[in-house]
Amino acid sequence: MNRVVITGMGIYSTIGKNLDEVKESLYQGKSGIGFDPERKEMGFRSALTGIIEKPHLKGIIPRRERVGLAEQGEYAFLATNDALKYSGISEDFLNSREVGILYGNDSSAVPVVESYDLMNKKKDTSLLGSGYIFQSMNSTVSMNLAVIFKLKGINFTVSGACASGAHAIGIGFMMIKHGYQDCIVCGGAQEINAVSMASFDGLGAFSVDEKDPKKASKPFDAGRDGLIPSGGAATIILESYESAVRRGAPILGEILGYGFSSNGNHISVPNVEGPSASLVRSLKDADLKPEQIDYINAHATSTPVGDAAEAQAMTNIFGKKSIPISSTKSMTGHEMWMGGASEIIYSLLMAHNSFMAPNINFNTPDEHSANLDVITETREAPINIFLSNSFGFGGTNSTLIVKNCK
Amino acid sequence: MVKSEIIEKVNTFLIDELEIDPASIRPDANLKDDLDIDSLDFVDIAVLVERTFDFTIKAEDLMNVHTISEFYDYIETKA
Repeated sequence: MNRVVITGMGIYSTIGKNLDEVKESLYQGKSGIGFDPERKEMGFRSALTGIIEKPHLKGIIPRRERVGLAEQGEYAFLATNDALKYSGISEDFLNSREVGILYGNDSSAVPVVESYDLMNKKKDTSLLGSGYIFQSMNSTVSMNLAVIFKLKGINFTVSGACASGAHAIGIGFMMIKHGYQDCIVCGGAQEINAVSMASFDGLGAFSVDEKDPKKASKPFDAGRDGLIPSGGAATIILESYESAVRRGAPILGEILGYGFSSNGNHISVPNVEGPSASLVRSLKDADLKPEQIDYINAHATSTPVGDAAEAQAMTNIFGKKSIPISSTKSMTGHEMWMGGASEIIYSLLMAHNSFMAPNINFNTPDEHSANLDVITETREAPINIFLSNSFGFGGTNSTLIVKNCK
Repeated sequence: MVKSEIIEKVNTFLIDELEIDPASIRPDANLKDDLDIDSLDFVDIAVLVERTFDFTIKAEDLMNVHTISEFYDYIETKA
């Protein structure tokens, strides 16, 4: 069995366009949430959303490599470019080694809608251009990045709803652990636009606490009223310990365990048993006792039912008020397909800088979160080992356990 | 439409939309070998022609068009 380490990371998010900006936002408890008036005009219940600056890649990558990138692919390009640089991976390494990509993504709505509208207008598919097909497929991120970075190893997209990014890392961990690959680009990307979120808004799952957007995402708080959709992209470089040492790569962390499970019942209503099974499996995989975890980055999205179920699962496994917990979604909103990857980076940044980011907007516990040590103010504390949960529609659950190596 | 206007419009979208180096745009330049225009670019050229000249062509119509000069001529016959 190989040890699996993290040798690079990069992020493009609503709380920062690079690692330094993100670290500062996490420390300051800064929110990336805002109000999108267009959504109100379109009939959304909630106009709350993560706010992100659109990248401009003209002049950075050639047109042929750019036209197939959907919005989330652009974020993922920037995050991956930074992660590869951080890792010290050169073009020579990419050309001579079998570097793979496993990326989380579960939608690409805008190009589907735009090309359909154009087809109806022109009545001639030859006038749709060459970009939409490569933008609209679910595997848009992995297929484009594999070409741009000339990757020659495993290459596919992991779609596991709001746990996509975490499962991508989990599968990458298993591939390297068992010796099938030496180095894999892993991550998650999420588009931020009204088109992709309209039908989700229609479920009534989003917060409508619009009076102060930065205070609307309040995981575990008794007054929480729903999640806030957000996005961006986050990339980590997973590598076998031997490969990392051989080429003198920075070793930022080590993946110790991957847990997964499926609830086996409702498509959107979570339960306690499924997440509990994922937590137990991850601890067993890492050969750790619950008390060896220093910090938990919760999945908690600020929905009434989801946060309560996760709180109960964590209390069952870890006991009452035993381990410091925060949901960084209080600042970022719910980054969905990206979240499982970005929250590994958020937690690593905390671990490297010896602080625990706050679960902002947590004022009043409910009966379940009262059993948790929810971090309300930035806490100066070392993190040796952390755990990160990600759950999604259909009852998919994932848990990653990571050791700080810096 | 006079030929000079066609040449100007074609050159404009080759430079602005396909991001081809202006210095490489010569009448005898081969679209594939000199300008690196590939099969997917021809799909986009069909879109640009429709947008610029208001008529449609099929990417496969361009199979016998090899140089920029031949491309100007082809547009002239359709415009």
